[in-house]
Amino acid sequence: MVQWVIRFMVISIVASMYRVVAGPTVADRMIGLNLVAAQTLGLLVLISVSMNRTILLDVALVYDIFGFLGILVMARYFSGGKGEL
Amino acid sequence: MSVVAGVFFALGVVFNIMGNVGVILFPDPYTRLQASSTCSTTSILSIFIGCMFLTGWGPMFGRLLVITLFFFITSPISAHIIARFAWKSGVIPWRKIPPSKRPGGSS
Repeated sequence: MVQWVIRFMVISIVASMYRVVAGPTVADRMIGLNLVAAQTLGLLVLISVSMNRTILLDVALVYDIFGFLGILVMARYFSGGKGEL
Repeated sequence: MSVVAGVFFALGVVFNIMGNVGVILFPDPYTRLQASSTCSTTSILSIFIGCMFLTGWGPMFGRLLVITLFFFITSPISAHIIARFAWKSGVIPWRKIPPSKRPGGSS
């Protein structure tokens, strides 16, 4: 059952990469990147549960932290480097 | 336990399909942001709860709980940051009638 959800998540990540490639503005690409990061977090957790390894959940937690920091840094950089963030 | 996990996984798949269709089809960054935020919170929450039912009580449950708490703090914050960035960089919200054809509207 978990295997089928993993396959669906891979296909869904590839489908939501469309908005990153073809977004008209920068905000569209950031929305796509946010969605891809969230689904990749779900995929990592599902892989960890299906392999029954506890150590991969730590990788998922660090990936979550770096995805959030990436969105923050990108918003600050594209708004000119002097935002309120 | 496995049946409840299957129900939550099915809910996550349905929400994920709805969010992806919304992100691909909607015409405007704000509406796309709404679809993306809803998709990521509900579908990932359902998948995490299904994983919690699947693993049971143990060290994996605690780490899943920490990941869920952190994700549900940071996901609305990042959506808010993107919306604020889009508003400050001058993205005009989408209307059904374009601004040049509005009756009596100058802008």
